[in-house]
Amino acid sequence: MNLSKTLKNGFLILVACLVLNACATKKTETIGQLQGDVYTGSESVEYLASGVPDRVFFATNETVLTTASRETLRKQAAWLRKNSDINVVLEGHADERGTREYNLALGERRANSAKDYLMTYGISSDRISVLSYGKEKPVDSGSNPLSWSKNRRSVTVKAN
Amino acid sequence: MLFRYLYVLLILLPIKAFALIEVDITRGNLNPLPVAVSPLAIDKSSKDNFKKILKKENLGLEISAIVENNLKQSGLFNPLNKEAFLQKPDIANLKPRFEDWNLIKAQALVTGKVTFVDEKLRVEFRLWDVLAGKEMMALAFTTVPNNWRRVGHIITDKVYERLTGEKGYFDTRIIYISEEGPKTNRIKKLAIMDQDGFNNKFLTLGNELVLTPRFSPTNQMVTYLSYFRNLPRVYLLDIETGMQEVVGDFPGMTFAPRFSPDGKKIIMSFAKDGNSDIYTMDLENRIVERISNHPSIDTSPSYSPDGKYITFNSDRSGYQQIYVMNSNGKNVKRISFGNGLYGTPVWSPRGDLIAFTKLHKGKFYIGVMRTDGTGERLLTENFYQEAPSWSPNGRVLIFYRETKTNIKGEGFSAKLWSIDLTGYNEKMVETETDASDPSWSSLLSN
Repeated sequence: MNLSKTLKNGFLILVACLVLNACATKKTETIGQLQGDVYTGSESVEYLASGVPDRVFFATNETVLTTASRETLRKQAAWLRKNSDINVVLEGHADERGTREYNLALGERRANSAKDYLMTYGISSDRISVLSYGKEKPVDSGSNPLSWSKNRRSVTVKAN
Repeated sequence: MLFRYLYVLLILLPIKAFALIEVDITRGNLNPLPVAVSPLAIDKSSKDNFKKILKKENLGLEISAIVENNLKQSGLFNPLNKEAFLQKPDIANLKPRFEDWNLIKAQALVTGKVTFVDEKLRVEFRLWDVLAGKEMMALAFTTVPNNWRRVGHIITDKVYERLTGEKGYFDTRIIYISEEGPKTNRIKKLAIMDQDGFNNKFLTLGNELVLTPRFSPTNQMVTYLSYFRNLPRVYLLDIETGMQEVVGDFPGMTFAPRFSPDGKKIIMSFAKDGNSDIYTMDLENRIVERISNHPSIDTSPSYSPDGKYITFNSDRSGYQQIYVMNSNGKNVKRISFGNGLYGTPVWSPRGDLIAFTKLHKGKFYIGVMRTDGTGERLLTENFYQEAPSWSPNGRVLIFYRETKTNIKGEGFSAKLWSIDLTGYNEKMVETETDASDPSWSSLLSN
């Protein structure tokens, strides 16, 4: 990875941290399995390997990674570094509370947000492809805030 | 295509200039015009021939029933009960006894005749002003018998146009996404049907996810999003030949396609590295042009009918809002400033309004605003609804609505609905399966 790219990614993370801190001072109330409106539970989560969760969750209309999401992605990056023959698809999803076309773009942005983070932890972009499903593939069919929080996700799937 | 076989054979009488009855479609119509649609007269031998070919007992009655249903669905007309009609169809078509029709409070009367001529279906019909005791219009069509439903729609279009002063929208089709199966594993197919729900056909088998179909201006082609081989790309389908092709060679997802008003270009979004921008591709020379260039989500583009402007939604302000720009991407202006999020802008075929979806405080609205963003008017509120598409005369919007599921995640459905620009006449459009992403064709014949 060249220097300018490293700097760019570093900058992205810095911006992400600033945004998150701004949010953190406002509200990070944890109610049940929700922190703010980001899902923190483990239902529907699968594992790429022992201790390596396959997905990260997002706040409504957001593509910023939470502290927990970054931790998950660091675990994924470590696992990918150990298994250099494995490529992955990052599948980005949105909840049903948005228009279909915008949600396709939002899913793409969420998956890329996860991809950028994996790249800063040394995973080559050649090994990562991105696929957005928008709101087309919910894991939870409920029409309530908890169900929606489970559906706002980026899932790392083995491609080979 | 079938449409080609349909032509106006002759005009029996020129349309007279003195309109006596007039229906105002610019306001909600709480007093629909009482109209009598007399069954079209049919002679015995024609009746027998059509029965053999089309398996319809009385084609005259069938066609008049289409007209009646269309008029009723428009919300502007109140077709009267046939039981009350005093005059026989054949005699009424020659010379109505206006006192009889006046007696049952009919203000307009449609009569006609169906005959079997040289293996073809010949239909003539007349529109009468009952109070004035005058003929308002008389027309005849000849077509292949299989087109009989279209004849009913064309008659309705002519009657609607004569009485409202504006083109109708009945001889049209809807392309949409048929949906089946549980919410977490929906099977989606491209489907097409007549505006009244008949002649439904599936155009894909459901092997891959398909979304957002839109007609070309001549209705021969459809552009849509397909996940064929798990690569979400914009496709072009020729309805007549079934030929399909990917639009452009993009290294990532293309989506939200629509045709330009001249049918020569497809406008769509291309997503790359978390950024979606708007592009066009010329269908003749395959030249791809980037129209918007902003590190935000720019999508759902729709041209103005003159092709000079594009409306789209973008979250460049932080939230999804509606913008208008020149068709070359210059002079971008935000036009939505109300509370909430705005998306799916679509330019009216009349050019004066933009229909949209709005999300505010957990509710979804279908609304319209002027092209400069003023005069916002919300037509309908629901748990979830989006993606309005205009009738070709710009008087009706079709969209889809999804239901809220219960605590167990059960009870999901997606249906097509329509509503008049006036905010009246909201109703579900019947489909064989669940349905979403409707797109209204232009008039198949004029």
